[in-house]
Amino acid sequence: MICQECQERQATVHVTKIINNKKKEIYLCEKCAQEKGELNFGGESFSFNNLLSGLLNHDFSTKSAKSKIDLGYQGQSECASCDLSYSEFSKSGKLGCSDCYLNFEERTDKLLKRIHGSNRHTGKVPRRTGEVIRMKKEIQGLRDEMQEAVEKEEFEEAAKLRDKIKELEAEIE
Amino acid sequence: MSWTNKINNTLNKWMKGAGPDSDAVISSRIRLARNLDNLPFPNNASEEDAQKVVKRVEKVLNKDDEFGLKLLELESIPTLEREVMVEKHLISPQHAKPGAYKALSLTDDESISVMVNEEDHLRMQVLVPGLQLEDAWELANRVDDFLESELNFAFNEKYGYLTACPTNAGTGMRASVMLHLPALSLTRRINEVLRATSQLGLAVRGLYGEGTEALGNIYQISNQVTLGPTEEEIIENLQGVIKQVIEQERSAQKMLMKRSKLDLTDTVFRAYGILKNAYKISSKEAMKLLSDVRLGINLGIIEDIPANLFNELMVLISAPALQRLEGRELSPEESDEKRAELIRMRVNNK
Repeated sequence: MICQECQERQATVHVTKIINNKKKEIYLCEKCAQEKGELNFGGESFSFNNLLSGLLNHDFSTKSAKSKIDLGYQGQSECASCDLSYSEFSKSGKLGCSDCYLNFEERTDKLLKRIHGSNRHTGKVPRRTGEVIRMKKEIQGLRDEMQEAVEKEEFEEAAKLRDKIKELEAEIE
Repeated sequence: MSWTNKINNTLNKWMKGAGPDSDAVISSRIRLARNLDNLPFPNNASEEDAQKVVKRVEKVLNKDDEFGLKLLELESIPTLEREVMVEKHLISPQHAKPGAYKALSLTDDESISVMVNEEDHLRMQVLVPGLQLEDAWELANRVDDFLESELNFAFNEKYGYLTACPTNAGTGMRASVMLHLPALSLTRRINEVLRATSQLGLAVRGLYGEGTEALGNIYQISNQVTLGPTEEEIIENLQGVIKQVIEQERSAQKMLMKRSKLDLTDTVFRAYGILKNAYKISSKEAMKLLSDVRLGINLGIIEDIPANLFNELMVLISAPALQRLEGRELSPEESDEKRAELIRMRVNNK
């Protein structure tokens, strides 16, 4: 028998469909059957993204969603850097940019814990970027010290700290 | 190009070589996901952003004199070639689909590949034969350092490397091992092994075929967790489990040989006979028979064909590889015919 679709190749797939009690038989070749999706049973496969969005849409907090006392804080609903909304993320399972991790931190932090059983990286730190992180921390520390010095009116000390900060900032650039 | 050349071009280094524990382990792979700082992830990027990523990566790769990585725009690679690359696990099926500013960098021996603008800006992969996770990580780590020498990666002190999908965050590392486990499958002990493995935070799947069925008895075991443990801990954990699975497979093979040598010899030679003589064969049947023959080689039942023939044929008999060899699209029937022809030739020539 020849394929009903392409009228070229041998029909090797026999499909019987019963719709509203009417029986319909189709004979297709393997290629056409695949193209027409007759070889996929059960429609859309249950994908990993379905599972992930289940996790994402789950309300992690213990209080009920319809709490009468609304504190008004729902966390960010859009990433300030890339405009991706949280609902888009929960649909696709993919974040829009690296800032999303912090802009949605309230939720991503818990999500990471759920997925990995941990929310703290202990592995490799990129050499150069790692150095910048270290320097930024140092700058923050120096700023605090400078603030203290200003408050104590130790201006000479504050000026020294300011120069050091500038030096470090130049290095990062 | 001659037929032999074409075949050799379709194969890559890891298929020709053997590597440690190659009786059970086909290949080891380390993949690292990285993104550039201050640019949206590929799924959310404009064409302009995507182009910036390619430009920046290209600039770094042009300075590479250590690994031999060159950048290719994916669209410059013919569709059939791309499909073969998927079969060879050099690129993901997702990355093989046409799209602007997708790029690929590949070493000549194909052991290192870098996908640009896949799910993440960068996906680096090291693929080596046999069980060599530590070596693969060492090499991947060096490639990563090289790229990081000029590129600013999205990294957060607390969460590690930031990836488009949170399931990859932290180390961004996926380590996986491809195993051939015919005796565990035959004795039905595979399910116990798989269950135990998945309880240890590792993912197991049949490499070909759907659901629980593993075509050719090939399984892939990989780490699920990427955030929390260090890269070395992840590899140690995976390696420890794999070693035990290999031991289980070896003892199951010995037990089979002891208890049902005649049945086993019969199965192996029947498979060998069909492969040597068939004029039409589906990839499903071929994978099953090749698996039987490989088991026969491991047990010394068949001595006159090289063990790596199985690894080779596994890739060569895929529809895309056959089409590439023929240089045109093939109908499923034509593929079955060409597949049988190729197997006859390879098995009889040795």
